[in-house]
Amino acid sequence: MNTAALDIATLREAYDAGDLTPADALTGIAREIENRDGELGSYLSHDLELALEEARDVDLSLPLGGVPIAIKDLISARGQPCGCASQILTGKYIAPYDATVVRRLREAGAIPFGRTNMDEFAMGSSTENSGIRPCRNPHDPDRIPGGSSGGSAAAVAADLAVAALGTDTGGSIRQPASHCGIVGLKPTYGRVSRYGLVAFASSLDQAGPMTKSVADAARLLQVIAGPCQFDSTCLDEPVPDYVAALEDGIDGMTIGLPREYFADGLDSRVRERVEAAIEKLEGQGAKTVEITLPHLDYAVATYYIIATAEASANLARFDGVRYGLREEAGDLISHYEKTRAAGFGDEVKRRIILGTYVLSSGYYDAYYLRAQKVRTLIRDDFRKAFETVDVIASPVCPTPAFRIGEKSSDPLEMYLADIYTISANLAGICGISVPCGTVEEGGKTLPTGLQLIGKDLGEPDILRAAYAVEQG
Amino acid sequence: MDVRKVAHLARLSLTEEEAERYGSQLEHILEHIEKLDELDIEGIEPTAHAMPLHDVMRDDVAHDACLDQEEVLGNAPAQAHDQIRMPKVVD
Repeated sequence: MNTAALDIATLREAYDAGDLTPADALTGIAREIENRDGELGSYLSHDLELALEEARDVDLSLPLGGVPIAIKDLISARGQPCGCASQILTGKYIAPYDATVVRRLREAGAIPFGRTNMDEFAMGSSTENSGIRPCRNPHDPDRIPGGSSGGSAAAVAADLAVAALGTDTGGSIRQPASHCGIVGLKPTYGRVSRYGLVAFASSLDQAGPMTKSVADAARLLQVIAGPCQFDSTCLDEPVPDYVAALEDGIDGMTIGLPREYFADGLDSRVRERVEAAIEKLEGQGAKTVEITLPHLDYAVATYYIIATAEASANLARFDGVRYGLREEAGDLISHYEKTRAAGFGDEVKRRIILGTYVLSSGYYDAYYLRAQKVRTLIRDDFRKAFETVDVIASPVCPTPAFRIGEKSSDPLEMYLADIYTISANLAGICGISVPCGTVEEGGKTLPTGLQLIGKDLGEPDILRAAYAVEQG
Repeated sequence: MDVRKVAHLARLSLTEEEAERYGSQLEHILEHIEKLDELDIEGIEPTAHAMPLHDVMRDDVAHDACLDQEEVLGNAPAQAHDQIRMPKVVD
C-alpha cells in the first residue's frame, strides 16, 4: 500500500487500529520516492535507515506519534544534511542541531523524514532556482510546482509524503500549495520559532505546515507553534487549540474582499473559482464586505528592497571558512569571492547584489529606509481593514501554475506574480491557501487556491474559514 | 548601479557575462522599485520589525544547550588540532 497516500489523521487511525507500524509507513514512503520521485524531483535526499532507527523508540501515544514529516531543505534536523538546495552547502553540511520546529515535532512523536527541494536559499517562486535538480508540478510535469517550498508541496500533492514543513517569506508556502492543490499556512510572524531555519529575510521568514487537509494543518501548527528561548523574535504567547477551533463554524464571520486583489491581471478562471469559494463561505453564514488595501501596487517593490537587504546580510556567513564549499585563493578577499561565485546560483547572486546596493552608503535612505516606511503604510492598511472584518479573502496567485522556463528569463515578471501573497509577510500577519477548484489548460487540470488572511495571531479564524471552504 | 563595485562589496566575483546580464536585469528591477517614489512618506515611522517586540532579554546565566564539537568540526572544510583550519591570512 502507498502509506504516503495517507494524511496525518488517517495514518494515526491506522496506527491506533494496529494496521500499520511507523516502520511500515516509512518503508512505504521510501518505496514511492524510489519509484516516482526521479521524475518529479520533490526530494533532495531521504535517509530511511536513520528514520527507521528513530521509529523504533517512538511513542505512539503522542499527538503526532510515528508520523513522518518531510522537511524543507533549509530547516535543520540534527544528523541530516541541510543544503538549502545550494551548491555552497549540499553534500558539505550536516546539521549539528535541531531547529526548534524539528525538536517540537520529535517531542510530539513525529519523525522528520526526507529533505525537500526548494528554490536555492528560498529565493524564488517556482523551484526553478534549485541549485540541485528541477521539481515538477504533479498535475502537469511541464509546469512549475511553485516556490520556494515547491518540493514540499509537490511531495504532499503527489502522495510522496504524508505532510511537510515549508517556509514562507513572500508566499513560499501559500503559492506552491495553491499550484499543487494542497493546504499551506503561513503563521503570524513570531508564532513559530525561526531558530534552526537558515535565514533568508529575518523579519519576514516563517515556517509552517503544508498538508492534505485543513485539519492536518491545524494539527501540525499546534505542535510547531509556541515560545522559544533561542529566537528573540518568537512571541511569548500561549497557543490556542487550533484543532478544536475548526468546528466553531463561520456563522457571523465578516470577510473582507479587497478590491485591488480582484482587478486587472487576475485570470478570469481563477477569479471564478475564488468567487465560488467565497459564495460557499456566505452559504455557511459569513458575510462579505468590500474593503480597500490601497498600497498593493507597492508591495512587490517594498519586499524586494527589504528581503534582499536582509538576505545580503544573512548570506554573508557563506564564506568558505567554517562550513560548506571552500575555494582556496591567494588572499582572503579572493577566497571569499571565489567561494561565493562558485557556490551561489544566479538568483541568489542577483538578490545579494541588489540587497547590498540598497543598503550601501548614499542609497540607504532612498531605498531601504523608504521601503521600511512603505512597509508601515502596508501594515496600516491591514490594521484598518481588520477593524471591520475578521478575515480577508483573495486569490493566492493571479494565474494557475505557469510552464517551466516561461518566466525564468525575466526576474521582474516572476517577482510580480507574488503580488497577492507578499503583503502578509510585510505586515507580519497570517495567511492560508486552501484548494478551491481547478482550471483546465492544455489538457491538464490545474489546481487553484483561495487565500484567507488573518490578523496577528488570527490563525484560529483563517483555519475555521479554510475548513468551511474545504468541507462545504 | 555599478554592478562590479557592488558585487565586490558583497564579496562576489562576476564574469564579464554575469556582470552584463545581472546589470541589465537589475536595472529593470530598479525601475520598478522607483515606483516607491510616488508615495508621500512624510512623518511615517519605518517598520523594522513586524511585531512590536523590543529589548527581549534573558538572565545572564550559562545554559548547557551547546553544539557537539565533533559534529561542528565535521562540517569544516579543513581541521587541525580541534580547530577549523584556514589558509594563512595575516603576515
